[in-house]
Amino acid sequence: MKAHLSRRYHFPASHRLHSDAYDVERNLAVFGKCNNPHGHGHNYTVQVTVSGEVDPETGMVCNLADLDAFAQVNLIDRFDHANLNTLECFRESVSTTENLSREVYRIFLGFTAAHLERVHVEETSNNSFDYAGSVDPGFI
Amino acid sequence: MILLTRKAEFSSAHFYWNDAWSAEENLRIFGKCANRNGHGHNYTLEVTVAGEVDPISGFVVDLKQLKDILEREVVSVYDHRHLNLEVPEFAKAIPTTENIAIAIWQRLDGKIPNAKLHRVRVYEMPDLFADYYGER
Repeated sequence: MKAHLSRRYHFPASHRLHSDAYDVERNLAVFGKCNNPHGHGHNYTVQVTVSGEVDPETGMVCNLADLDAFAQVNLIDRFDHANLNTLECFRESVSTTENLSREVYRIFLGFTAAHLERVHVEETSNNSFDYAGSVDPGFI
Repeated sequence: MILLTRKAEFSSAHFYWNDAWSAEENLRIFGKCANRNGHGHNYTLEVTVAGEVDPISGFVVDLKQLKDILEREVVSVYDHRHLNLEVPEFAKAIPTTENIAIAIWQRLDGKIPNAKLHRVRVYEMPDLFADYYGER
């Protein structure tokens, strides 16, 4: 039987929303206080949902310890207490949470023990973003 | 169609163990969850049902009725129990969050009048949950 497993990870990071394609005024008009040159930060929460057949021997979609170990190396070690704008993945794109969601999705495609359904990234308790690749992330 | 979700909570003990494996193998795969003395969680159950809104009552289902069904079929059986030792479906199946979601689906399926079971979500902890949509 197929089940979905979701796990939440947390990391604080800083960023600044800024596009080199815009001039100073345009950056300020579009990004507002998020364009503060010195940056600001959030406590991000990443919720990863994977799916698969429940292994009759383990009762698991995948071993949580494997998922946690993957997340530690590929997510937490990269983003925790980092300035997102300094990371390679945001060299040419704005470090919005939309773009972060796409990067997180790309990262977890590398976890091969289960099928990646979607990622949900919370920037604050009031802002969150869902990404499921080419699939509609759905709402439930 | 409207989706309606009702929450319930239960606190239970469990451990992970596969009798077909050696003690070393159980410990390697399940880690500290293999402690035979058990450990426990405050589980949160979210049951989502799908249905049409009754034009007279404005309800998809009567929430009081749904609450009573969750209490009778799940909470009264799971709450303050040892899942491995006291709940029949886990005599063989390992009470992982995935299997608990499947077992709760099977307990509720067909028992909710006027609505279709859409999703069973079980939180083992705030940062870990499993969803089952009845997929075989």
